[in-house]
Amino acid sequence: MLSRSLVIATLAAAVVAGPSALAAASLSAAGGRYTISQAGSSIRFSIGKAGGGSLDGAFARFTGNIRVDNANADRSEVNITIMPASVGTGQGRIDAFLRSDAVFDAANDPEIRFRSTNVRRTGETTATITGNLTARGKTSPEKFQAELKSFAGGTITFRVTGKVLRSRYGMDVGTPIYSNVVEFDMTLSGRRG
Amino acid sequence: MALLIRNTGGRYGWIAILLHWSVGLLFIGQIVLGLVMVRTTSQRSAFELIQLHKSFGFLLFGLILLRLGWRLANVTPRLPAETGLLERRAAPAAHFALYALQLVLPLTGWALVSASVLEIPTMPFDLFVMPNLPVPISDAAEGWWRVVHVYLAYAAIVLVAVHVLAALRHHFWLRDIILVRMISPSRRCDDDGPE
Repeated sequence: MLSRSLVIATLAAAVVAGPSALAAASLSAAGGRYTISQAGSSIRFSIGKAGGGSLDGAFARFTGNIRVDNANADRSEVNITIMPASVGTGQGRIDAFLRSDAVFDAANDPEIRFRSTNVRRTGETTATITGNLTARGKTSPEKFQAELKSFAGGTITFRVTGKVLRSRYGMDVGTPIYSNVVEFDMTLSGRRG
Repeated sequence: MALLIRNTGGRYGWIAILLHWSVGLLFIGQIVLGLVMVRTTSQRSAFELIQLHKSFGFLLFGLILLRLGWRLANVTPRLPAETGLLERRAAPAAHFALYALQLVLPLTGWALVSASVLEIPTMPFDLFVMPNLPVPISDAAEGWWRVVHVYLAYAAIVLVAVHVLAALRHHFWLRDIILVRMISPSRRCDDDGPE
């Protein structure tokens, strides 16, 4: 009787502690610099529409790197450069509109850049990333939530989400038909080195 | 003198006059806006002009429904006695065609927007979301409605021009009351009978 309850308690403890213990172990071994690879990564966005539904899209081309500092998580860094010309929504006319000077002006402003200024651990596998987003010549501080999804074989994968107000970057065309809030949902996969 | 609200046998009342000119100006404005917006190279300006065209289209549609209701609930002032037989027959046909276009142009525009795979919401003057018409959604359907909308607009340009020229002919050539009685009810038709 005693031994049975002990076994159950041990099992329960293992189940509760298991994932975070594993993640903590992974993260402590994950220190180093990673280059974001497009394979396994995605940068998706969604803009709500008046009356329901949303305009969803993704950027196909981007580069970047992640530096994970074990000793001092605050010194971790994320840098991402997105090529807005690679935007895709599944509708050619909308893509052309987004690339034009109505939104990204990709011909004159070929890059959107994010440079982290602060990384703050919020849990075993989560962090808040603050940094500067630059698009169309305008820079503004933004905040993203990152969660470690996997780390194995020198490849680290984070899911990064956050909301950006497009009016800050001179891209407010179409409001209020299309929301000013752009919801980002990114999977960033980096290879060591 | 009491304000003349309803039409009489020889005169247009103020409601008919106000509806005529507001619909007329908006209708011509919409045609001009439509021609300009599809020729605008700036994508941002084009988008904003198209949303404005949709907003005014719905405003116009509402006014046209009011106007048709008012027309059906009122007598139509008679034509001057000296009006020729040809015009006596052509004028009502042209007016009927103008009313039909006023009704069908906003409806085909609404259908065109509703059929678009882009599914851009319609918010007249950013006030509320106008639901779409239940039409099939595809590139082909959108293209078909666009052709119908555009060619009906071309037909409207011709009819509006004929309408304006006919009114000017009456005023400056025939020197009758046709144009003036659409400006104020105080100007009565010469052969105005008992009312």
